[in-house]
This record gives sequence, structure tokens and C-alpha cells, in this order.
Amino acid sequence: MNYFLTEEQQMIRELAAQIAKEKVKPVRAQLDEQEEFPWDIMKILAQADLFGLYIPEEYGGMGGGIFENCLAIEQLAQACIGVATTFAASGLGAYPILLYGNDAQKEQYLPDIAAGKRLAAFGLTESGAGSDVSGIKTTAVRDGDHYILNGTKQWITNGGEAEIYSVLALTDRTKGPRGASFFIVEKGDPGFSFGKKEKKLGIRASATRELIFQDCRIPKDRLIGREGIGFINAMKTFDKSRPGIAALGVGLSQGALDLAAEYARQREQFGKPIIAFQAIQHKLANMATKTEASRALLYSVARHMDTEPPDASKLAAMVKVFSGDVAMEVATDAVQILGGYGYMQDYPVEKMMRDAKILQIYEGTNEIQRNIIGQELNKEYSRIKETFF
Amino acid sequence: MHIVVCIKQVPDTKNVRIDPDTHTLVRQGVECIINPFDLFAVEAALKIKDESDAKITVMTMGPPQAEEALRDVLSRGVDEAILLSDRAFAGADTWATSITLSAAVRKLGDVDLVFCGKQAVDGDTAQVGPEVATLLDIPYATFVKKIERLDEKFLKVTRQTDEGTEVWKLPTPTLVTVIKEVGEPRLPSLRHKMRAKKAQIPVWGITELGLDANDVGLCGSFTQVVRVFSPPRRTDQVIIEGSIEEQVEQLYSYLKEAKVPGI
Repeated sequence: MNYFLTEEQQMIRELAAQIAKEKVKPVRAQLDEQEEFPWDIMKILAQADLFGLYIPEEYGGMGGGIFENCLAIEQLAQACIGVATTFAASGLGAYPILLYGNDAQKEQYLPDIAAGKRLAAFGLTESGAGSDVSGIKTTAVRDGDHYILNGTKQWITNGGEAEIYSVLALTDRTKGPRGASFFIVEKGDPGFSFGKKEKKLGIRASATRELIFQDCRIPKDRLIGREGIGFINAMKTFDKSRPGIAALGVGLSQGALDLAAEYARQREQFGKPIIAFQAIQHKLANMATKTEASRALLYSVARHMDTEPPDASKLAAMVKVFSGDVAMEVATDAVQILGGYGYMQDYPVEKMMRDAKILQIYEGTNEIQRNIIGQELNKEYSRIKETFF
Repeated sequence: MHIVVCIKQVPDTKNVRIDPDTHTLVRQGVECIINPFDLFAVEAALKIKDESDAKITVMTMGPPQAEEALRDVLSRGVDEAILLSDRAFAGADTWATSITLSAAVRKLGDVDLVFCGKQAVDGDTAQVGPEVATLLDIPYATFVKKIERLDEKFLKVTRQTDEGTEVWKLPTPTLVTVIKEVGEPRLPSLRHKMRAKKAQIPVWGITELGLDANDVGLCGSFTQVVRVFSPPRRTDQVIIEGSIEEQVEQLYSYLKEAKVPGI
């Protein structure tokens, strides 16, 4: 389908697709099996200029936006969302700096992130604070020219591998969410260490670890923006990053659909290829329709998001929830079409099904996404004075 | 340092056709790829550029469609590209090809190092590299797996031969043909891809190169393809292992299976 991509956008797609096909696909099963962090692929993506797609040219990026980044993520995700998550998570870590960082912080950190020299990560979730962000306990206390961080972040993607961390901590416990602030913490800062690498159902190529702060002392100029805007920064960051999660879903759906359709054309039962049976055709038809719908929504939303619209939160939630649910459904159906073979590790669809589940959980569960959409609808309709009855 | 890399487009081995009259490969209209060994040559040049100040010019002799191969290589980080294309170049053997390539290198002038792949996968002659070097009257090393810059004047190259490994010190200007051990060819980058798309690629023919039409292409070729045929397929070989008794046992069962008379 023609999505009217510019020449540059087509190149991004081509390049990411080439990397996915030549470099990711051949190793995805091994990365999954051995829970191996994909450093080799990260180096290739860095050399290909893809880490800087959404970063302004003045900070060494390609000057694109969310849409360009999503195009690359989608293609990588067709091969493996473990690898694509690792790539996308660096963007998630960079956005708090890009959105609210001062010039000096941007100049110091963004060029390395854009060049893929250093990976970034985003630290928000804690054992007692996931969907309910206001439950965070990590604190940052000002001490002269420094802040001292204490607390533990949980399930941080790229944890231990990334070098630059955007971390949310409370600077004023009495103010609740309004007392939260973002800090840049670097790997190697005193008092900053990592927990064990988590074992996961899927996206096993991506690294997930705890971030442990024990009297972690960082210079005061690591505060992003000013004290108290951390919560707003987190929400704005999610508006930017959630389309990326949707892109992972679209890519995974397409990858699963491709495998299922190819298999259905080859696999013979009762004397004919199983694609000749309506039961299979209808499944494939639904998978293809939903995948395309998911892509169409993603592309429209991602383009719209690059215009800095006021309804960003609602649309970011919509695209994340839809494509995540579609990916889970399409991957499950792909396993069903491949039957017993689909359940075996010899074929990549079982991995896709395991991987897909995370799309409904991380970066705000799909339940939270629906809450956001519902709350935004409530606000939107409260402003409309006319009646529809 | 100015490095020239000579590349060749070869038919994708999936669909090769031979012209029944000339017995040469039909190149027009067949999907082409860059000779895989030439991509290693490009990588070898880029590795030098990664570490030191170097300019890389890539050239290919071929029909207008060969421009596609040049843009591919530009997108991987090569600086400039030149297409050597002229009707007079058609049907060239390795000698006539080398005449053309060496004329182009000479026209560039300030070249310190020429890279070629060890051979092309279509002709498999491995002659063009050494011939170009001979015509340019410069030293050359073939089947090289590692290249180091010693100083302004010398390179240290490691050759892989059937007999073993040889380490040579080579004065520049020189020509080196490489094998796959030099390193996996890198993929394009977005910035280079954008530059490659817009790049103006000069086309040099006999006029630009100051060559006589009789010295290039089919006219300038000393060799002619008389006949092209597929050699009879060698039958499968099996190596029997184990103790003498086991080997005899296995051999016996093979012979029996093959219904050899008397067994």
C-alpha cells in the first residue's frame, strides 16, 4: 500500500529492512535462546545512522521525527522485537533530555546517543510503582552542588548495557507527583549499580535489570529541566515513545503474517495446501486486515505527532493499545496456522507469540492506555457544548 | 592516501544465460549483483579510511546499468565513483578490461593503492588485478587477508596461499587483491545512502581515457571463447572411516548396494 513516503523515508525503510534481513534474522533464534545482548547489531545500526533519526541535526541526528523512527523500528521488528526494543529503548531514554534538557545537556549527551556510541535507558518503574507512577519511592536530595539518589528502579530495558540513564526520582516527597524530577545518571557514577539480569518470557535479546542507587552522588547540573516537572516530562516522553511501541507491534504482526501465509501455501493436508481451506483463509484475512489497519493508524498518528498536537496523549495511547493487541492476536493465529510446527522452536512464530505479549504490558499496560483514552474523551466531550441527541 | 577500488557487476548466479553466438555471458536485462569479492575489496579500503585520512574512488567498467553498483558502494561510504562505459568496451576479455581500468587509474594520477577482489565469480580468472598492476608497472599482492599501513611509503600485507601465510612489505603505489578474510562488508548508512542517491557519476569512454577502439573491448581481446560447456558432474565421494574391519564392512555394503557384479 502506498503511504506516500518521501524519498528519505523510503531509504530509512530500505536500510532498516536490509539490516533486519541480513543481520537480525539469521541470529534472532540464537539471541533468544542464549539471552544474548545484541551488541553487534547495535553497532551496525549505529554505523547506519539509525540511532539519530529523531534527533535534531544540530545534535548530530538526522533531523527526522517520530515517524522516521517508527519506520526503522517497524522494519527491525519484523525480524525480532527483542533487538528492536533494545534499539527503541535508547530513544525512550533520550526523550526526557530532548524534551526538557538544557542546551549544555543536549550538547553533552545527544550527539553520542545519535551516533549510537552510547545507549540510553529510561528509569521509572519500581517494585511498587508501575501503572501508578505516583507510587515511586526513589529520592534525590540536594546536597550543595550535588544530588544524592537512593532507591531501586525495576525492569529497566537496556539496564546495565546503556551508559546514559534518565531516572525519575522524588525531590519533594510532600508534593506527590509534582515533587518528581528527572536526572541524568551515567554508568560508573558512584553509588550506581545494577541488579541481576531478569529472565523473561520473550524479548530475551533485550537486557532488563534493576538500577540500584545507594547514596549515588551526581552533580546538580544533571537535573533535567527543573525540580517538579519530572512527571510531566515522563508523560510527554511516553507520548513520543508509544508510537514506537506500536511500530514494534506492526512489524511483529507483519513478520508473523508473512510466515503464516508462506507456510499455509506450502503445507499440504487432505491433498491440498492448507491455504485452500476457508478456515485458514479467514484467519489469514483477519491477520492481514488487522496488520494493515494497525500500520495505517500508526503512520497517521506518527505523522500527526510530529506536528506537536494537543491531543497527543490520546492518540499515542490509541496506537499503542491497538497495535499491541493486534500483534498478540496475529502472532497467536500464526502459531495456530503452523499447528504443531508453530509450537516448536524450529519455527520463529512461537518466539513471536512469546515476544508479542510484552507489547500489551510495557510502556504503560494496555489497560492504562484505555484509561488514558477514556479520560481524554471525558475531557474532550466536556468541552463540546452542542448536543448529539 | 588515494585508494581506487575496481568492482564488477556479475549476473546473480540464480539466473545466468550464455549468448549462443559469442559464448559470453548475457548481461543486459539480467539481474546483477556486485561481485562478492569486490565488496571485500571495498571493505578493505573503508577499513583504511576508518583509521587514517584516505579518499576512496570506486570504478567499474560496464554497461550504463552498472551505475547501480557504484551507487550501492557509495552508500557504504566510498567517496567517489566513476563509470567506465563505452560501446567499444563490450566483449572485453581480461586483458582488454585491464587496459581500460589501468588507463582510468592513470588518468586519476595520484593513486597510492588499488584494491580488487581476488576474482570475479562469473569468469573466475583472477587475472584482472595482476594485469592492471602490470600495465601500471606497480607491484601487486594477491589473495590478501590483512592490510596495514606501515608509513607513507609502505604497506604490510598478509597473503593466504595454499601453502600457508606470507607477510609482505609492499611499497606504494601498489595493487592488492583481497579474499573474504579482510572482513565482512559493511552495510550502507543513511547519510551515505542519501549522498549516493544524489551523486553525479562521471562516465568515461575511450575519448576521456585516450584509448584506441582497437585496443579495448572485443577488438582488443587476445582470447576468444570458442565453446562453453558444463563439465560432467563428478559423482559423489564418500570417505569411509573407522577401523579396517569397519571400513571393509562399509565398502562391501556400498558395493552390494550398487549391485557390483560378483558381490
